[in-house]
Formats: sequence, structure tokens, C-alpha cells
Amino acid sequence: MKILVCISKTPDTTSKIAFDSSNKKFVEDGVQFIMNPYDEWYALVRGLELKEQLGGQVDVIHVGDQNSESIIRKALAIGADAAIRIDHTPVDSFDTASQIAEIAKSRGYDLIFLGKETLDHNGSEVGGLVAGLLDWPYIAYASKLTQQNDTAIIESELEGGVRVIECKVPFVMSCAKGIAEQRIPNMMGIMNSKKKPLEVISPIASEAKIEIEKFELPSGKASVKMLSPDNIDELVDVFKNELKIL
Amino acid sequence: MIITVVEIQDNKIKKTSLEALSLASKISEIKGIKICAVCIGSDQLPVELGSYGADEVILPSAEALENDQITSLILQISKDKSASHIVLSLNSTGKNIASVLAAKLNAGLISGVIAVQAKGSDVTYTKNVFSGKATATYSIPNAVSVIAVSPNSIPVLSDKQKIATKLDTRFSIVPSKLKTLEKRIITGKTPLAEASIVVSAGRGLKDPSNWNIIEDLADLLGATTACSRPVSDIGWRPHHEHVGQTGLAIRPNVYIAIGISGAIQHLAGVNNSRKIIVINKDPEAPFFKAADYGICGDLFEIVPKLNEAIKKYKSNT
Repeated sequence: MKILVCISKTPDTTSKIAFDSSNKKFVEDGVQFIMNPYDEWYALVRGLELKEQLGGQVDVIHVGDQNSESIIRKALAIGADAAIRIDHTPVDSFDTASQIAEIAKSRGYDLIFLGKETLDHNGSEVGGLVAGLLDWPYIAYASKLTQQNDTAIIESELEGGVRVIECKVPFVMSCAKGIAEQRIPNMMGIMNSKKKPLEVISPIASEAKIEIEKFELPSGKASVKMLSPDNIDELVDVFKNELKIL
Repeated sequence: MIITVVEIQDNKIKKTSLEALSLASKISEIKGIKICAVCIGSDQLPVELGSYGADEVILPSAEALENDQITSLILQISKDKSASHIVLSLNSTGKNIASVLAAKLNAGLISGVIAVQAKGSDVTYTKNVFSGKATATYSIPNAVSVIAVSPNSIPVLSDKQKIATKLDTRFSIVPSKLKTLEKRIITGKTPLAEASIVVSAGRGLKDPSNWNIIEDLADLLGATTACSRPVSDIGWRPHHEHVGQTGLAIRPNVYIAIGISGAIQHLAGVNNSRKIIVINKDPEAPFFKAADYGICGDLFEIVPKLNEAIKKYKSNT
């Protein structure tokens, strides 16, 4: 099985979110960037498990500049065989997906995995875009995958439950909680990662399809109104008159 | 023309589809263009669609369709209608088809939209970014736009005076590469992503057998239950109840957090709730800072008292 895992770079969850004076650009100074956790914990690890089960190869692909090298090396340390970096700062998700699809279409992958969304844009867009560009089926928010030869049985999100789907390779799948467990790279993995191939490829031409008007931080929340634990009718009153849920 | 995907389940239009239609209606007013609703899951015309803003309705099939078949239908209809906007909910169907449609239509895609605004004769779209810590507003210079609407974000309005016309154009259903073997519905309650009131509990409950007071409160309020990550990880509660960054991100009208400290990863999944009520015995619990109302005290005393007080209130009205 030849598997491509898309990895993205996102600010760490605890990062301070700030924008420049035009409010059009995220201020990256002092921000700790990590591999998008859903790409790492779910997509990459499930890819590695499949390789262990069926044999084959797991490549990771990233669209970004050379500052992303550390997260690519981390993916190799966790166990990916080889890495591809498209040397390009993407202008939107369509651009990212076009770069990935361009590579994927000529390299004979059976499966493309990625996380359910990224922690920064929260759009869940790239997976379906790649699938659409390649004309492959797409399964979003998968929480379980059983692969037998070229046929997969996938459990994916459905309101209030799960949908169980059968699908043949090739397909693109976005991975959610339940599909795999996080793996911590060990010393051997970290040593080996330095010797694994990292190919840097020039981007194809791209054009922004969406344009940022402004970023905004939420206006400060009014401070919490504390109610007495000894007079529960205060809360019932809030339910009734303020929230109108009674 | 705006194409809107309207899903019908058990002869009822899904609330998330009505939210998408309500947002489509705003775009239609700003741009002065019409809305064609494509109904999936029924071949019976829902007459009320006009009051939500639909000008035309297409009912392509009564059969249950796979997501790739829905994608293909919307593509055929978009091309037939030279659509400029495709609007759908970012529910489980939308998550599977919105981005695929955008690729096939070479469209500008914004997924997770919570509001639209007029900018001259153009439309701008706002969504949450950085896991709820900021919003971003975008415009789409591209000719075609695909807009996926975040569930529970758009008020549903049925105040339009339109009569939706049923179109008889036939579109072909392509063979699917997907085969749904089963739809396993785990809960009979309103699904968490669509729930307007959520009662959520965490490690403060001390033992899974103590959840009866949480379930009682949820029943009294007509709420759906949720939980924090630690209690789903140790198996006290089912995984599908887990809300937070790795679990489900939700935005109910009212979120009641009981015995949950409010770690940043939990807040990332619930901080867009309209009102947050926190019950916790620790006055330093970070959740109080994100709350609208708080009670500091022992939940094992407060919640049963609250349940009794609600029962008493209900029996008096």
C-alpha cells in the first residue's frame, strides 16, 4: 500500500493569537509552531499502522517554506519513509490542495490521509479539494478504518452516530479521534529521520480564490456573574428570564 | 443563481439545511439573485421552502444517495443553472461534499461560515479561526463560491413571501464509488452538533454512576449531554459525547459545564456557545473566566437542588 499523508503546520494550542495593524496577517513572532495534531496523531499513525499490516510505503507531504523542516523531520522520526516539501507559502486551501494533487497524480499512491481539520483555519477543506482534483472518493471525519487488500470499511461521522462505508482504493480520508493513537518518536526514529529523503519541489502556479478582509479577536467577554450556591432559585431565575430555557 | 442543498430526513427538513437556506437568503438579497433548493432524501415538495427563501425547487430522487452521488447531482445542477454560489451546511454531509464540489467547480471555498455581510454589492463571509480564538472575514473574487455554513450559527427565518416553483428537469444519478453499509445512530436525543442546550460534565463527577443527576438535569431542560475528554478517555462516557478540541466543537445557545475545570483544549471546542454556565467547587477553575454565570460549590449538592427547583417550577406553571 503506497500512502501519502498531508501534514500541516499550526500554532500550538496555547499560542497567543495576534494580528498585524492591517488586521490581515497573523503575527508569527514568538509563536511555537507544531505539526497539526490531527495530521500527526491520526493520519500519520494510521498510515504507519497500515504499512505495518500490509507492507508498502508512507510518504509525508507539506506545502510550506524551509521553516517547516522541523515538523517534517518529526514526521520522519515518527516513522514516515520519505518526505516531500513543496517550497511555497500557500495563498489559500485551494492552492495547498492543488500543490498536493499535482504531486499525487503522478506518483501512484493508493491512499491519501490527513487530519480532520487544522487548528488554525478549522476549515476541513484540503482533503475534499485534493479528492475532487484527483477525482477520487473522499471520506471525511473517519474514526475507524479496516483495510483488506484494496477494500476499506470506514466508520465516519454522522449526526448522533456513525456511518459505515465500504470503499475501494484509491481514496482520500480525513482522520478524526478514534482512528489511531498518538506515537511519540523514539531515539532511533529521531536518529534515522536525519538520513531519510526529503525532496524539495517547486510549486505550480497558483491564484488566490479567496481574499482576507480582516481578522478580529473577540471583544472581551463581560465578567462572569457569580450566583449563590445556597440560593438555587437565582439560577432557576436565570434559566427562566435571562436564557429563556424554562 | 444560488444552489442550496436541502436534506430531508423522516419527511422533515433538517434544521442545518434551513440554516443554510437562511444564509443563502441573505446572499440572495445582497446580490439580487434567486435561490434554487435541491432536496435530497425525498421527492415530495416541502411547500414551506418558499417561506425560507427558495424560489425554485428540484427534487432529483426519492432514494437515499451516497455523498458522491449528491456531489455529482449538485455539479450537474450548478452547471445547468450557471450557479454563482453553492450554499450548504457543514454538517456530516457538507463535510464530505463541500470541498469536493469546490474542486470540481474551481470555486472559492469558505467552510465554517457563521455570518455574511454586504460590502457594496459584494458579500463577505465570516468564520471562526484559531479554534474559536478569533474570526476571519473573507471576500471571494472568484466567479463561483462554495459556502459551507457552521451548524447552530445562523438563525432560521421563515418570513419570506415566496412560492417555490417545482422544476421538472431530470438529472442523472451516477453510480457511486461508496457503499453505505450501515447508519448506526447512537443516541435518540438531538445530536450534539445541533443541540441548542447542552449539559456537560467532567471528572468532578467522580464516578460514572453519578451521571444520573446530569441526565436528570438534561431531561428537565430538553438538553443533550456531553462530557470532557478525560471522562471519555477512561470510558466513563461514550466517545461521541466528548466535546473539545479533539472531540466535537459545538456552539449551542446554552452550555452548562459541571465539574469541568475548563482546560484550553476543552474551551476550544465550546467557547462559541452563546451563554456558558459553570458549576465547579474550585474558585480558581479557569472555566469561570469564560463563563457568563458561575456557581462555586459542591455539584453533588447544587445539581440535585437545581433539579428539584426546576421540577417545582414546572409543576407550578
